[in-house]
Amino acid sequence: MHRPEPAGKMATMAAEVAGQGDTKMAEAASGKQEAEAKQEQGRFSLTSLALIAIILVMFFVSYFTKTEVSGLQIHPMKQFVVKPLFGGKEFSFYTPTIVTLWMGLAILAVVGLLVLGTRGRAIVPNRVQSVAELLYGFVYKMVEDVSGKDGVKYFPHVMTLFIFILAANFLGLIPYSYTTTSQLAVTATMALLVFFGVTLLGLYKHGFGFLKIFWVSQAPLALRPVLAIIEVISYFVRPVSHSIRLMGNMMAGHAVIKVFAGFAGVMGLGAVAPILAITAVFALETLVAFIQAYVFAILTCVYLRDALHPGH
Amino acid sequence: MEGDIVQMGAYIGAGMASTGMGGAAVGVGLVVGNYISGALRNPSAAAGQTATMFIGIAFAEALGIFSFLVALLLMFAV
Repeated sequence: MHRPEPAGKMATMAAEVAGQGDTKMAEAASGKQEAEAKQEQGRFSLTSLALIAIILVMFFVSYFTKTEVSGLQIHPMKQFVVKPLFGGKEFSFYTPTIVTLWMGLAILAVVGLLVLGTRGRAIVPNRVQSVAELLYGFVYKMVEDVSGKDGVKYFPHVMTLFIFILAANFLGLIPYSYTTTSQLAVTATMALLVFFGVTLLGLYKHGFGFLKIFWVSQAPLALRPVLAIIEVISYFVRPVSHSIRLMGNMMAGHAVIKVFAGFAGVMGLGAVAPILAITAVFALETLVAFIQAYVFAILTCVYLRDALHPGH
Repeated sequence: MEGDIVQMGAYIGAGMASTGMGGAAVGVGLVVGNYISGALRNPSAAAGQTATMFIGIAFAEALGIFSFLVALLLMFAV
C-alpha cells in the first residue's frame, strides 16, 4: 500500500480504532476494495478518454474535409412558417394550413387515447386505458387542489386545454412535424378564452363584488390604492404572459434544436458533438413539452380560483 | 441610411432586452432552490407543495417573458 486511496485509508484507520486484532484482516479487505476501485476508475477514465478522442478526431476530420458550401443549409426559424395545405398563396381565416392539419392530428391523438383507448371499460385496465385514467386523475386532482371543491365544475375545460396542449406539444417533437403551440395565434386564442371566461364567470357569480380582486384587504389602508393599480395591471397582463409563455417556450426550444442541426449540417458526417447536443436538448424539450402543458393548465386553475373567491 | 440606423438600433435593443431573461432565470432558480431546501427538511410535506412551486415558477417567469416579447417586437414589429 504505497499510495492508499483516501477512502481505503479511512477504512483502515477505523478498523484500527475498532480493534487491534482485526487490523490485518481489515487491511486486506480495504486493499482488495482499493484494487477494485482503481480498476473501476481506470476503466471509466479510459472510456471517457476514448470518447473524447473520437469526438476530437471526428471534429478535425469533418473540419478539414468539409466542402465549401454544404448542401444542408438550415435556417432555425424557417420551421415556423405557416404554409397553406393545398398550395396557393392567399390566406383567409378558413384556409386550411399546416397548422390546421397538426391541430387536427392532435385532436385525433386525444380521441384515440381517451375515447378509443377507454372503450373497453375494463375493470383491470390495459395499457392505453391506464394511461388515460392516469391523465384524467392527474388533472382532476390538480383542479381539486388548486381551484377548490367548487372549481371541479369547470374541470372539463381545464382537461380539454391540458390534453390538447400536451398532444400538440408531443406531436411537435416528431421530426418534420409542425408545432402548433409555437404559434401565438393558437396560444392566444386559448389564453383569451380562459381570460374572458374567467372574468365573465367572476362577474356573473359576484357582480360588483368581483372588483374585490383588485382590493388587497390584508394590506395597510394607505397602501391599498397603490396595490390596486398594480393588481389591475397584473390582471390585464395575464392573457399576454399566459399565451407567450407557452409559445415562447415551444418556439425557443425547437429553434435551439434547429441551430444545432445547422451545425451538424455544416460539419457533415463527423458531427458527433452537435448530435450529442441535439440529443440532450431533445430530452429537455420532451420535459418542457409536458411542463408547459401542466403550467398552462395550473394557471387556468389559479385564475379560476381567483374568479370564484375574489377576496384576498 | 436612416432605415439602416433604425434597424441597427432595433437589433441592439432586442439584444439588450433579452438580457432581461437572466432575471427570470435567477427568479426561477430561487423558487426551485428554496423548494428543494424546504423539501429536504420535510420530505413528507414536499409532495403537496409541487403545484405551488410550479405556480411560483410561472409567476417568476412572467416578467422574463415580457423581455422576450419586447425583443420580438423590436425584431419583427419595429
